[in-house]
Amino acid sequence: MNLQTNYLGLKLAHPIIPGAGPITGDVPHARELEDCGAPCLIMNSLFEEQIVKEQRAAFAAVDEMEDSFAEALSYLPEPEDYRLGPDDYLSRISHLKAAVDIPVIASVNGISPDGWSEYPKLIAAAGADALEVNLYHLASDPHESAAEVEERLLSSIRTVREGIDIPVAVKLSPFFTSIPHFVSQIEALGVQAVVLFNRFYQPDIDIEELRTEPKLRLSDSSGLNMRLRWLAILHGRTNLELSLSGCIHTPEDVIKGLMAGATTVQTVSGLLKHGPQRLRELLDGVRTWLVEHEYGDLAQLRGCMSHQNAPDPEAIERGNYAMVLNSWTAG
Amino acid sequence: MKKHATLEANEAVSSVACRLSETIAIYPITPSSPMSEFADVFETRGQKNLWGAIPRVVEMQSEGGASAVCHGTLQSGCLSTTFTSSQGLLLMIPAMYKIAGELTPFVMHVAARSLATHALSIFGDHSDVMAVRQTGFAMLASASVQEAHDFAAISHAVTLTSRVPFLHFFDGFRTSHEVQKIETLDDEVLRELVDDDARHAFYRRALTPDAPSVRGTAMNPDGHFQAREASNNFYTAVPGQVQAAFDRFAELTGRRYSLFDYTGDPEAEKVLVVMASGGETVDETVKYLAAKGEKVGVIRVRLYRPFDEAALLAALPTTVKSIAVLDRTKEPGAPAEPLYLDIVASLNEARDTGRLPFDMPRVIGGRYGISSKEFTPAMVKAVIDELDMPEPKRRFTVGIEDDVTRLSLDYDPAFSIEPDSVVRAVFWGLGSDGTVGANRNSIKIIGEETENYAQGYFVFDSKKSGGVTVSHLRFGPDLIRAPYLVSSASFVACHQFGFLEKFDVLESAMEGATVLLNAAYAPDKLWDKLPLEARQAIVDKKLKVYTIDAFSVATDAGMGGRINTVMQTCFFALSGVLPRDEAIAKIQEAIKKTYSKKGDEIVRRNFAAVDMALQHLHEVPVPGTLDGEPRAATVPEDAPDFIKRVTAVMMEGKGDLLPVSAFPVDGVWPTDTTKWEKRAIAREIPAWDPDVCIQCNKCVMVCPHAAIRAKFYDKDLLAGAPPTFKSTDFKMREFEGAAYTIQIAPEDCTGCKLCTVVCPAKNRQEPKLKAINMTPLEDLRAAERENYEFFLNTIPDPDRSKLNHGEVKSSQFLRPLFEYSGACAGCGETPYVKLLSQLFGDRTMIANATGCSSIYGGNLPTTPYAQNGDGRGPAWANSLFEDNAEFGFGMRFAVDQKTEFAQVLLAKLAPEIGENLVGEILDADQSDEAGIEAQRARVVTLKKKLANCSQREAVTLRELADYLVKKSVWIVGGDGWAYDIGYGGLDHVLAQGRDVNVLVLDTQVYSNTGGQASKATPIGAAAKFAASGKGSAPKELGLMAMQYGNVYVARVAMGAKDSQVVKALQEAESWPGPSLVIAYSHCIAHGFDLSLGMEQQKLLVNSGLWTLFRYDPRRIDEGQPPLILDSKEPKVKTAEFMRNETRFRMIEKVNPERFKVLAEEAQVSATHRWKLLEQMASIHFPEEAAATTTSED
Repeated sequence: MNLQTNYLGLKLAHPIIPGAGPITGDVPHARELEDCGAPCLIMNSLFEEQIVKEQRAAFAAVDEMEDSFAEALSYLPEPEDYRLGPDDYLSRISHLKAAVDIPVIASVNGISPDGWSEYPKLIAAAGADALEVNLYHLASDPHESAAEVEERLLSSIRTVREGIDIPVAVKLSPFFTSIPHFVSQIEALGVQAVVLFNRFYQPDIDIEELRTEPKLRLSDSSGLNMRLRWLAILHGRTNLELSLSGCIHTPEDVIKGLMAGATTVQTVSGLLKHGPQRLRELLDGVRTWLVEHEYGDLAQLRGCMSHQNAPDPEAIERGNYAMVLNSWTAG
Repeated sequence: MKKHATLEANEAVSSVACRLSETIAIYPITPSSPMSEFADVFETRGQKNLWGAIPRVVEMQSEGGASAVCHGTLQSGCLSTTFTSSQGLLLMIPAMYKIAGELTPFVMHVAARSLATHALSIFGDHSDVMAVRQTGFAMLASASVQEAHDFAAISHAVTLTSRVPFLHFFDGFRTSHEVQKIETLDDEVLRELVDDDARHAFYRRALTPDAPSVRGTAMNPDGHFQAREASNNFYTAVPGQVQAAFDRFAELTGRRYSLFDYTGDPEAEKVLVVMASGGETVDETVKYLAAKGEKVGVIRVRLYRPFDEAALLAALPTTVKSIAVLDRTKEPGAPAEPLYLDIVASLNEARDTGRLPFDMPRVIGGRYGISSKEFTPAMVKAVIDELDMPEPKRRFTVGIEDDVTRLSLDYDPAFSIEPDSVVRAVFWGLGSDGTVGANRNSIKIIGEETENYAQGYFVFDSKKSGGVTVSHLRFGPDLIRAPYLVSSASFVACHQFGFLEKFDVLESAMEGATVLLNAAYAPDKLWDKLPLEARQAIVDKKLKVYTIDAFSVATDAGMGGRINTVMQTCFFALSGVLPRDEAIAKIQEAIKKTYSKKGDEIVRRNFAAVDMALQHLHEVPVPGTLDGEPRAATVPEDAPDFIKRVTAVMMEGKGDLLPVSAFPVDGVWPTDTTKWEKRAIAREIPAWDPDVCIQCNKCVMVCPHAAIRAKFYDKDLLAGAPPTFKSTDFKMREFEGAAYTIQIAPEDCTGCKLCTVVCPAKNRQEPKLKAINMTPLEDLRAAERENYEFFLNTIPDPDRSKLNHGEVKSSQFLRPLFEYSGACAGCGETPYVKLLSQLFGDRTMIANATGCSSIYGGNLPTTPYAQNGDGRGPAWANSLFEDNAEFGFGMRFAVDQKTEFAQVLLAKLAPEIGENLVGEILDADQSDEAGIEAQRARVVTLKKKLANCSQREAVTLRELADYLVKKSVWIVGGDGWAYDIGYGGLDHVLAQGRDVNVLVLDTQVYSNTGGQASKATPIGAAAKFAASGKGSAPKELGLMAMQYGNVYVARVAMGAKDSQVVKALQEAESWPGPSLVIAYSHCIAHGFDLSLGMEQQKLLVNSGLWTLFRYDPRRIDEGQPPLILDSKEPKVKTAEFMRNETRFRMIEKVNPERFKVLAEEAQVSATHRWKLLEQMASIHFPEEAAATTTSED
């Protein structure tokens, strides 16, 4: 069956993509994923914040100690080729490109205008086939309005878009007052796709030690419905390609995503839990399901359950709530 | 076209030495270490020598080892070099005799430094090189950075043709560390200088089985003498060969030198003779005076050995009538210093043989510049003037006031020869604020980006935290030949406003000078904040004052406390050395050059600092009112007389003014003196919250500076407490009803935060707060100062005999007798030393190896070993680096001997003293605190009984009586000492079986000399001489000691298990044989935020890289396995620990693949070592049996 999918200007063999995560960035895993049928790779993100922290830490540890004591004007050897910038990430792009035949999509998260401007250019120059802009952001400043937050994010996307020629996808968090409106603004900037949604670190509390413990829990299928809803709402209302990210664990999850309107679906947690072969299992499962259900190609089901095409669109907008109300009886 | 570079002599020399060598063997020692480190850098960069090979560098275990390696490589036909100083050179003497005796081409480069005598000094003079003048090495002296660069090349060239080894030397710090703009020698010049035939001849003489020979034979009286004379002609030829090389060098470079260079009036009657950097000062002064018509001149000795009498005579003007010879060394008891004797001998012999072309001049000799003492034109003039005296001092000193033997010459400090064309600037900064680094950059900018010549010299105090730096910069159109500090500056910057309260910062400002002050005050409010002395100086000298709140600017630019870029920008803006825009552009270029490989972010923040600096620079209105408060006295009125007369003067930075009579004659100084030096260097200090505190005393335990303390006491004492004094009910059942206080020493705290991180008690309402929380110093300073005084002086120390010294909490009520040292903020070593002082300080003698612990332990003006209320405390001494174990063993040996003799006398005098008392003393159990106190009481009684005895033996016993009370001997040092240079001695001392206790403060690297690898350096760590990450596992010192069977051995890490540390120290001290405690100490050389030091120690132990154990021979008799493991099986990956520290992380950043390999090797090594120890911990003696014993947590 032909599952060919066009995403970010790339012709993919099928729409199930290993999403940005710990195993898409290194060559051995990338090869394994390719062997398991991955149509492309999305590398884990280059975090500007991490680079800045690393640089500052190295500066504090090495340079700040210098020239303070007559006998020890420094304490560590001065390395000739200190790769404290994005060099490591950039070299991984070229290593991955050399190691696999499938397209490599890089990912970036900036914190400063310079970061948003410089890193995408370097990534493009390093040979990435496309770039996923990871708008990993928590609005925690009480003085910054929703509109200001959005404008800041749009400005970052604009900076990226203007700096490079390779296709760009924007990965969103679900925390926007109006996702369709924000997506329409993104579309106006000339990007190719939006990715729904980012998953945040979820801090836990250690009640004995009175400590916050940052944790990234692997996803399960329970978060899928929220994604399906927004895909369904956006499908047909934007010309951007839509990619579903997160909570894809079964072939059925993939089918649902495609039906809601996803061009591609990205899976990370499933691969981390079960290894790269999980990708093949998903793919085989989807194929089997399509055959069993006599679908000829993906076009038949992609977006069939979107707001535009679903038999009861109201259920997408208020379904659960209405059902809960209807099922509740007083006394 | 001539190439210029602006660099220090260490780099200038190393660059030549490495290009002309094939193998380099070194051992780090100040101030020569940078030469070795540059060699290491050149090797890492793959820089080749003149013949296309990369010179390989090896770091040995001592200078003795390094020189022996050179001997071996030379005999095997490799062109070799080494770099050293001071004691290091002395350790090379045996090999030097061999190398010279075998006529071996070889060059060693020496940054000449004082030898340790009454005290160690890292600073410059010729006492080391003069101590090897008899070895048969040729000795060539450089006077400046340029000369050091040039003479390095001359030395390597001539040694090949002459076959005589060369010692090339220059003055430590003054030349080795001075930054100067010089003309550099390119490879072509070196190629022209070096005789390839001679090089090949050297290769052909190599020891090889292909053409066998035997060397290093033993000779008998029949031939040894003659053979010794057989090399004479080689020495005779050297001066001519050096002069020929000088002449060839002049053809190649235009720089002309002679064996003895003469400057001055051609018909001079008074001539000074001098060697090395002092010659620059004399030369310039003589020229200045000659231009004014004085008949003066100077002979500058270049080639000191072999000494060419004929060349000396030829260089002297025939008009000479009197000569003053200046020696930068001291030989007590000698008729005079060596250069003087050489000159006199030469003149006498010339006269006797009729070769003296003038009448015998009068010759006087003096010492100057010992241990980098300033040597200025004013002092030169004093020497010249002395020659005019009808009865000049035949032996003199200059630069000090000798009010004891009256040898010193008076001089006029106001005499100056510096031309107006030279811009002179002085910058006062803190070690950690980046001032010196910024000034290095400024000098480079001026030297390399303008036509100007430039000079920079940096003075550091000896504190490792909060140390003061003073940078002295000069620049101008002509070569700067002024190897002395700037005393009359047109620009003075004070980067820390607080310095104005402590030091005479504006003393060096000349009239009309520009002053730049970093201050947190508005320009129009600044005047009111200045102490009276500063106001007076500003008015009297008509100074122009500018200010900037550099800390705010730096903080806003994201630079934290690093104000260097801000202040550098202001300097360029105010000094006008370059047009402002051009200066900014150059600063930015320099920033890029310095930091671009550290990352864009660092560059970006520095750029922001440059931009913001100019906007915040303001001129300060000078109202001229002189009604301010004068600076407070350095020490309070109630300080002891010696502290006020001597120590306080040194603390003010005016030690140069102290006369000879002020000093002890034998290097013996009082202890307990850091308490007079209230430095107040922390910006934030901990504040105690009694309501949250769980009274664990862990904060007290980890404080490296004893600046946080605990006491429990009778509540009634609170009646007289200051209003803000904090107290709470003491929660220990045995002391119910008592009050408890944790008190901060606000002016002694360094703000390291170890205490707040280790504090386990959290505020339940606001868990971000703990029982101690960092708070701005200025909010607490006055109140806590009062509280601390009350705490120390009114509240008594808890009764030691009522405390359990074997557990953490109680041990921290014991008074620390090691306090407020100059160690780094967050030091990982000093908490152990402090604990040792708490447990045994009143009866401890410490032999301390040279290194960090000897610097924070014994660097004047104040020292941290303290005394208790009875006047007892640690008695501390440092001998050398290499001999510390033997030195400490000697202490034990002596104490045992004296104790034994006292016991013999006691038994003998029993009838007079009383059998009961004698029996009690001889049979006393001194195994615990109570037993020791009881014995002390008996000894008091004994002394009373002996007081009236006049028998000779009774008098002797009275002298020895105190040795009847137990003495605890501790041998303390770092891993560089214990694993490397001192290991042979340590091993031997452990094998002697006597009751010595060894504490190894293991930072896994040479910390004091700046992070060179030792045998304790772990796999994967970057260190100097292991820049790509050390590839081998550290030596298992503990296991090596265990094999003796009778040595108590413990490995501890305070952050991982503090209770084990207390236990181990107690057990080590109580074991009547040798004990070895190896204490992991985090260090700034590890490259991480030291406030997390104790956390990182936990991770270290959990990773298996530092398994905690105790090997106690006593357990064998109890039928137990002697080895107990005190930590659990490793559960954390070694890489997790490694990634937290820059020393490992930098390898990952430079070479991720290598990191992966090394991290894996570290993992395997950790696992293997754990398994080994685990199995050993199950071994019973004498019977086989039992399972692993792991102590309870």
